[in-house]
Amino acid sequence: MEAKSMTAIPRLLAGNEQALLDAWLDSQRKSGTLRSGQISEAQLGNDSRRLLAALSEGAASGKVDDIATPAWDHARNVLEEVSRSRAALGLSPSETATFVFSLKEPLFELLRRTANGDPERLAHEMWTATLLIDKLGLYTIETFVNSRDAVILRQQQELLELSTPVVRLWEGILVLPLIGTLDSARTQTVMESLLEEIVAEGAEIAIIDITGVPTVDTLVAQHLIKTVAAARLMGADCIISGIRPQIAQTIVHLGLELGVISKATMADAFALALRRLGKAVTENPRLRPEQ
Amino acid sequence: MAEIPVLKIGDCLLVSIQIDMHDRLAMALQDDLTRRIVADRARGVMIDISALEIVDSFIGRMLNNIAAMSRVLDAVTVVVGMRPAVAITLVELGLSLTGVRTALNVDKGLALIRQAIDEQGGSFARRSL
Repeated sequence: MEAKSMTAIPRLLAGNEQALLDAWLDSQRKSGTLRSGQISEAQLGNDSRRLLAALSEGAASGKVDDIATPAWDHARNVLEEVSRSRAALGLSPSETATFVFSLKEPLFELLRRTANGDPERLAHEMWTATLLIDKLGLYTIETFVNSRDAVILRQQQELLELSTPVVRLWEGILVLPLIGTLDSARTQTVMESLLEEIVAEGAEIAIIDITGVPTVDTLVAQHLIKTVAAARLMGADCIISGIRPQIAQTIVHLGLELGVISKATMADAFALALRRLGKAVTENPRLRPEQ
Repeated sequence: MAEIPVLKIGDCLLVSIQIDMHDRLAMALQDDLTRRIVADRARGVMIDISALEIVDSFIGRMLNNIAAMSRVLDAVTVVVGMRPAVAITLVELGLSLTGVRTALNVDKGLALIRQAIDEQGGSFARRSL
């Protein structure tokens, strides 16, 4: 306990801020943080200066080993801000972590110079500094991952909203173009929006187009069958279209029975739907505008 | 106990379920309906469930049973107006009612019954609606 209170780190951080900052920026330049060009020299200097100031503020409280205390609030805020902005810029986690870890080299150098050849003392100070910087680095990574996760979650939500349009192709004919892999959550949304639309439009035929579905496995097929069954219960017939040759092979190899009319292209499905409703598309040369 | 009315339209019977079904009501409906099919020599049965918000597996099975019984008595059953949420529930319960014909609304249901009766060779005592 006594050894911890003896650490000279707070005093060194407060007394050598400018020298540390210069050495740190040097070491960051060497480690190639700026090479990708995603962060400007000015921003890097600004981030570093603010973090260093916050560090000496936190260390001044004497609790060098616990960054969860209120004294470190400022330092944590700076780290959060830095890692969030770097996540938004698309930097990798290791690039973000290097920002903090690169402080080790100049700090250790400073500790070595002030240890006056006392190995016992130097080892102790180095250990304290390592613990501190590791904790800061881990905190940075944690924030970085959290902000990435938030981005992913938002994109997932957007994708969910984007990918379930139900299109009215003709009176009584709806089309549901599916794009992307079907999972349970998406299928639920798709199924609901299709059924709602069937009621709203009074549609008798719904075409489910799976051209944009990359793979059909047993689970996807199960979801399709459920959607078709629910639509049938409401009194609408489904046609599945856009089955690519590969997918036709997969369906047969998996031994799946879709139990529903399927067509190779949406045009075929549309033609069938029109015929079912007693309608036809005819050619009339007289209607063609003069060239 | 409330009773579900069975209305006769031409050679069709119309059952409109307006209240939440409980099991005894469902059994009573089966009894009543089969009796009426025979008595009225009905060729089609239309069950309107557009007001039904909750359907459990028992009611689902009842619909299936009514369709099967009508088929034995040579009548076509059409279930009309099922709500999306009800349809999803039934599918999740594994009841896809494969023996039951369905239609979106009463109009389309009536057309479906006509078509089905015609396909079966028409009715002996077909009265115009």
